[in-house]
Amino acid sequence: MSTLTKSLSGVTSLQRWGAGRPWLGSCVAAVLAWAATVFTGQGHGSGDLLTAALTFSAFTVLVSLGQMLVISVGPGNADLSIPSSIALSGAVAMIVMNGNNTMIVPGILAAVLVGATVGVFNFGLIRVLNIPPIIATLAGSLIVMSVAIYVGRGLKIKPPPLFSDFMAMRLLGVPLLAVVALVVTVGIAVMLERTVLGRSIEAVGQNDRAARLAGLRVEVTRFWAYVICAGLAGLTGALIAGFAGGNSLDQGQEYLLLTIAVVVIGGTAVSGGAPSVPGIWGAAMFMFLLVAMLNAAGAGPGLRTLLTGLIIIAVIVAASSPGKR
Amino acid sequence: MSPVLAKRGVHMLHTLLPAMALTLLLGAVFWRQPRAMSYFGINLLLDLAIPLMFATLAQMMILAVSDLDLSIGPFVSLVASIGATLLPTRPALAMLALAAAVAAYALAGAVIESRRLPSIVVTLGLSFVWLGCAVLLLPTPGGLAPGWLSSAMAYRTPWLPMPIWMALVAAVLGHALITRSAFGTLVRGLGGNPAAVARVGWSLVRVRAGVYALAGVFGVIAGLMLLGQTTSADPNIASRYTLVSIAAVILGGGKFVGGYVSPVGAVIGALTMTLAASFLTFLDIAPDWQVGMQGLILIVVLGLRAAIDRLERIA
Repeated sequence: MSTLTKSLSGVTSLQRWGAGRPWLGSCVAAVLAWAATVFTGQGHGSGDLLTAALTFSAFTVLVSLGQMLVISVGPGNADLSIPSSIALSGAVAMIVMNGNNTMIVPGILAAVLVGATVGVFNFGLIRVLNIPPIIATLAGSLIVMSVAIYVGRGLKIKPPPLFSDFMAMRLLGVPLLAVVALVVTVGIAVMLERTVLGRSIEAVGQNDRAARLAGLRVEVTRFWAYVICAGLAGLTGALIAGFAGGNSLDQGQEYLLLTIAVVVIGGTAVSGGAPSVPGIWGAAMFMFLLVAMLNAAGAGPGLRTLLTGLIIIAVIVAASSPGKR
Repeated sequence: MSPVLAKRGVHMLHTLLPAMALTLLLGAVFWRQPRAMSYFGINLLLDLAIPLMFATLAQMMILAVSDLDLSIGPFVSLVASIGATLLPTRPALAMLALAAAVAAYALAGAVIESRRLPSIVVTLGLSFVWLGCAVLLLPTPGGLAPGWLSSAMAYRTPWLPMPIWMALVAAVLGHALITRSAFGTLVRGLGGNPAAVARVGWSLVRVRAGVYALAGVFGVIAGLMLLGQTTSADPNIASRYTLVSIAAVILGGGKFVGGYVSPVGAVIGALTMTLAASFLTFLDIAPDWQVGMQGLILIVVLGLRAAIDRLERIA
């Protein structure tokens, strides 16, 4: 095997090395976008830019990890209820905390619990009523959004001061939020590599019939994917509310499409069974830095959105090869 | 009852389910507000469904080839933005822009087929492209629809209110295209068994490009009708159409894979989704629950369908 690799030309072996690492492209793209932004800004604030990118990417990473798990349990699985879960859990977290420093932990737990409940509800719709996941999570999201509107409208509770401080805190220059996201990322990576649930998620996504015949509990696996995803959305809802100085109903809106884009650009297979954890970070950073780069280059909002779209398509086309789906 | 008859009955129930849901909703509105049962009442209730029906037909074309279109909402918004800016002053340029947008749709279809890309990601990228173009054209909400378009959409149709005429036109058009035409058979074939379609000698790239182009044409119709109703546009005017149109197709009996779609069901689905949103105002229930009602109706109808499917298997 090693002689074979040696005999290949440099480019081919590089390609071969890259083929087993679907996350590589997004990380390279993120670094390029960062370099281009710093270059256009004549090197000013390259560190600040990185800090901002890490902070905002932390939210994206947290929700996208969940979306990755859901997409990985098989074709047709996706969670469209993330924005609603974020809206509702943000409101619930602020109500439970009620500006009180001692209630921070209960508030976060309540937000995660709200998210997880949405996940259980989603899965129930998929399983019991036999509704396709995309429609089930869409319908669930509409109902959850109504509850969020009912609970959260006109709510003007500030997060506890300590909670706001935590959200702005840095450890050795790295935003605490990014550290939290990193810990969760490592947790998910270990779960995928080392636990029965993680291995089942990949197996079920690759071939659910084979997984079932092999004795894996297919539906239990899917249940946990949906619950973990919604639970992470709940956690993110609480964190965003703390970061933004209060909850708002549309604080999760952008994550509907963003999570799907991040998961796919990060190299996770849309057909399921092949999650790519490092790619989530690469793609989340890339999506933030892409906007920063276009901003630095002086592009207005319209041009920025247009180019974002074209670049997403270009990345997907470049990552594909004819004849592979 | 003989088993055959039972089976046929269950199947009939399956087909009629979307229509029954719509009738039930309409019945509830008419029961609470008998005045709504008039030419103007129905116009008011279902006006918003007119553009949505055509957007739903666009989504249905894409679902028929087992793809998913996450860009139809922004596309309809873009069409409305083109209509509110270029169409009144430079009609030739506007036509060119609309043709280019449809061509871009077709290109997306061709790329999805030839590179075997997941449609969900390509259309996700496209949604940003459409939105970006719309914001470039119309940075702030505004613009003005050409007079002929506004007066056409305000036209008082004879005998029946316009939404009903439009529903009939959309249903007949969709049915003729998907269920009756040779192209429709090809489309459903591509959704169900692409290998078979390729083996007969068709170019899959061309067929998928054609499907996406047709979806674009339906999107153009939807955008212009929406603009005619609202008379001014906004780059986000139709962004919610993306998810609502998917829901409407599925509500009407379509499936995500296998080329199973029903144009008549899709039109009924669009009417039902519109009515589900406005129906609570007629029942004097707080508007907080309007979006939730759409979700609930989806769940009830699809839950019933799953139950009927189970019955069908037993029978």
